Formats: sequence, C-alpha cells, structure tokens
Amino acid sequence: MKTLLYILQKEFIQVFRNKGMLPIIFVLPIVQMMVLVFAATYDLKRVDIAIVDNDLSATSRQLVSKIQGNPFFKISGSSQNRGDANYALIDNSADLALIIPQNTGKKIGNNGAAPVQIIVNAINGNSAQLSTAYLSGIISAFNSNLMIEKGGKVPGVISGEGISARYWFNEDLNYRIYMAPGILVVLVTVIGLFLGGMNLVREKEIGTIEQINVTPIKKWQFLLGKLMPFLIIGLFDLGLGLTLARIAFGMPVTGSLLFLFSVAAIYLVVVLALGLLMSTISQTQQQVTFVAYFSMMIFVLMSGLFTPVESMPQWAQTVNYLNPLYYFVLIMRSVTLKGAGFVDLWPKIAALAGYAVLFMSLAINRYRKTV
Amino acid sequence: MVETNEKVIVCKNMVKRFGSFVADDNLTFDVYKGEIFGFLGANGAGKTTAIRILCGLLEPTSGDISVAGCDVYKQTEQLKRRIGYMSQRFSLYEDLTVYENIRFYGGIYGMDAKVRRQKTDDMLEKLGIADQKNRLVASMPLGWKQKLAFSLAILHDPQIVFLDEPTGGVDPVTRRQFWNLIYEAVEKGITVFVTTHYMDEAEYCDRVSIMNNGRIEALDTPQRLKKLYQAENMDEVFLKIAR
Repeated sequence: MKTLLYILQKEFIQVFRNKGMLPIIFVLPIVQMMVLVFAATYDLKRVDIAIVDNDLSATSRQLVSKIQGNPFFKISGSSQNRGDANYALIDNSADLALIIPQNTGKKIGNNGAAPVQIIVNAINGNSAQLSTAYLSGIISAFNSNLMIEKGGKVPGVISGEGISARYWFNEDLNYRIYMAPGILVVLVTVIGLFLGGMNLVREKEIGTIEQINVTPIKKWQFLLGKLMPFLIIGLFDLGLGLTLARIAFGMPVTGSLLFLFSVAAIYLVVVLALGLLMSTISQTQQQVTFVAYFSMMIFVLMSGLFTPVESMPQWAQTVNYLNPLYYFVLIMRSVTLKGAGFVDLWPKIAALAGYAVLFMSLAINRYRKTV
Repeated sequence: MVETNEKVIVCKNMVKRFGSFVADDNLTFDVYKGEIFGFLGANGAGKTTAIRILCGLLEPTSGDISVAGCDVYKQTEQLKRRIGYMSQRFSLYEDLTVYENIRFYGGIYGMDAKVRRQKTDDMLEKLGIADQKNRLVASMPLGWKQKLAFSLAILHDPQIVFLDEPTGGVDPVTRRQFWNLIYEAVEKGITVFVTTHYMDEAEYCDRVSIMNNGRIEALDTPQRLKKLYQAENMDEVFLKIAR
C-alpha cells in the first residue's frame, strides 16, 4: 500500500511538472466546447433557393412571395431559364430549386391541378429531406389558401393550428444542448485513451521502465500509478466543460452531478485501461497514438454522438454493445438533459463497470516486467 | 577484498536463443560473495543478455541459474528485492529532483521513511551534493548522474549489484571516483557484477570473464589471465581472445 503511495506521488509530480500538460488540461475543453459544439450541428438555419418562374402570373408571384416571406428560405436567384437553376445547384449557390412551369396560374384558374417541380441537392440526404419538407409545407399552406379564396372548403383534416406539440427535455429544440454532452464524452475519451498510454510508452522510450522492472513494484501498482493522475485530470476537465457549456449555451445538468461524476470516473477507468492496454503492446509513442486514434474514430462515429444508433444497421447496433462510448454518450445525455438516475441507467453502468474490470485486468496481464 | 566461498550467483549452462540466433551459448560460472566480477566482451558478445537474465528481466532458454538464492525462472520477484541494477541507458527520472528520485526508489523498496532520510543525507554528503538535492536531475552533468544512479542502485542494501557499462562516456577522473564508490560498496559486503569496455577497469576486478560470440573464452583473475596469455596488460589479453 505504501509502495503505491510513493508511485502515485512520483506520477503526480511528473505529470504536473510537465509544461505541455497545462495547455492540454485547459485549452482542450475550451476548444472542444466552443468550436466543436457549434460546428457539429444539423440545425437548418437558412436554405438558399433558386426560383425558375416560367409562368410569371399573379398566382406564381404570390407563391414566390410566400417563400420570400419565410425566414428559413433565401432566394438566391430568380430566372426564367431552368439551366440557371441547374448551375446554381452545381456551384452551391442554391440548395434547392423550385420550377414553376408556364400556364400554372391559368390551370389553377380553371380549377385544374398545376404541377411544380422541386429539385434538391441531396448530397446531404438529411438536410435535403428537411428543406424539401419545409418547402412542401409552404406550398400546401398556399394551396389551402387558394381553396378558401375560391370559396371551397378545406376537407376535414387535422389542422396544424389545432395541435400544440410540446417538446420534452430540450424544449427549444436547441441542437447545441443536444451536442454538448456528447462532445464532453469525446473530451473525456481523448484524455483517457491518449494520456495514460502515452505516458507509459514514454518510460519505455526513455528506458526508465527497465529500472522499474528490476524493482519489486507490482504490475498493478505501476499501472494504477499511470492511471490515477489522468483520472483526476479527466474529471476536472469534465467539470470545466460542463461549466463552459452552462455559461455559453445554458446547457443544464438536470440529474445529479455526483452521480454524473461517479459514472464518468468508471468510464475514465475504461478508456484509461484501454489506453494502457494499447501501450503495453506498443514500443513507441507514435505506435500507441496511431492505435488510439484509429480506435477512437471508430468509437466516436459508431457511438450515436452524431447519428442516431437506431438508424444504424442491426449488425452495427450489436457491435455497439462493445463500444464504451455508446454507453457513455447515452448516459451523459440522459443525465444532463432528462435527469435520469441510477435506476434508469443501471444496465449501462454495469456494462461500463464490467469493461473497466476487463480492460484493467487485460492491461495488467499484458504488461511484462520482462523484456 | 572480502573473499569467501559463499556463492551468490550459480550459473550452469545458461543458454539464450532468439530464434536461430544464440546470444548466450552455454555459460557456466560462479560469483562469490564480496567479489568484483568483471564481465568483459566486445559489443554483441552476449553480455547484456546474460545480465538481463541474471536480473530476472529476461527468461533464459535453458540452464540452471540461481542469483542471491533465487531461481531466475520462478522467483524473479523475490530476486528483485535482493539485487540492484544500473543499466547502460541512464535510468534516473530526469524530470524529478535528486531528492525525489531517492525518495521514489527508497519508497518502492519499502524502506522506512526515517531510515531513508538518514541514508539520503549520508549518501548526498558522500557524493558531495548535499546542497543540490532539489536540483532537477536533467540539469546535472553525466558523471554526477552516474554516481547518483549507482548510489540509488545500492540504496536498499542489495546482496548483488549489476552494473551494465556504468562508466560509458565519462572522463577518467570521474571513472576513478566511480570505482571508489564501487570499492566502498564491496566493503559493505555487496557483490559487484560489472560489464565494461575499459580494460584498465578490468584490472580493478577480482576476477574477469571474457566473452566472445556468446561464449565465455576465459575466466580468472587478471594476473593469471595476463600470465596465461603472456600479455602485459588486460588490453592485450582481450585482443588475443576477441581478435
């Protein structure tokens, strides 16, 4: 036990004496919170639309002015030539194009149906569908108006005005509040996966590990010494990140902070142990960085941080049970936004605790005191 | 020199293979308590491999080997309490101070804090760096670092200390001072197992073995070896053997 204290004392002195550590501790959370959260957004704020009005009737002008009046759309170009719309879609000056053919007004005047065409840049399918839905909404509202003007009745349907939707947990549908807990998970993961492992491999590179290996230090003591400082840094950075998110975009922590930090500590042990495991099979800092970076990319992209896990193919959802990030992203969002507690989340916490034990045992087992 | 018949290292038929390469080919030798045992050989002769096996850092392919009464296959952790080791690569923590290094190594051998402080003071006094104990090791000259590393290797009073080319790259005066530290350790009853490239240092040893291509070609006192090979000094002996 005493031995462990001496090891911890040595590791803490070294970590905090390292001048490169301070920027990592303070700059990393600030950059992630202030840059990544704003960048990682699927919110559609403004869609550029190109209008090709070949009709130039009162009706078509009315429709165009409806679109113009919508804050969501910005008319980036109007012409009578559909070729212009094609160019606009290609050079990204428009996200979608509305083509109103000749005689549209006349057809409507004769109580006929008048087709219009919507062409969408669908490279990003998500935003393509969203903007199409918005535009269709404007057009159907326009249709309803037309019918009422003509004295006809709108068929008995659920009218939009009658429904009032309430959004739970994120009432303003603020995307930043949705992303911030996830980005905090990435922050904690970077610290866990990289710092502990790199610290161990550094001792291999310098050669001090050989001196350690001829002492009676136990393997678990040595690895625990490598783990503890970064566990504390990780928790500190989580606190810093939560504070920043609170100040900058009012992200709440609805659930218990103590609970959140306890689970975060378990998660940090998982990623730190994984980093240490990688370092026991690597000889240089480059090697361990590469392996950690590669795994982190896969973990992050599969975790449900950016894309809903439920939309992934079944095999990917199954694989995600092996992904510690999947659990922690879910836990973070549930605790901060929904106020979930142990009772709601215990199976996920149990899974994380299981991985913590598993990876730590593997790391201790893989660490060799012989060369 | 304290000469006894008590064996602290018994090495019979040590073999270490890496694939088809034989690093140590059937090494057999004994080291007696209290002697300075020189382990000589050209680069790549197999010295470092042998020293690593004796320290429990590397498992031998075959052979019966016991060090300080411990079997090198099964009792490596016990063995590590009884030996000290100073490697070719500089092994102190450069980003810790002199004092922090001593505290760390003393601590992990389970040394009592009071004893450790006393020993630390004595050691720094002897090395003449009592006023430098809060200096970062990185900023010290190489000779100081090596003397400090040696003092740390014997801080926990091991039975044997293994020195793997301890004086590489330092000036003759510092080397001489270093050897004075070795003699002091021997006076305290510590057995010294040392590898070196410097043939004048070989003369300081009680017995030397000379390795070539993984084999021990000669093993005796420097005087007898010089006689045997009709050489004026160890340099000539070494050249005759290693060619």
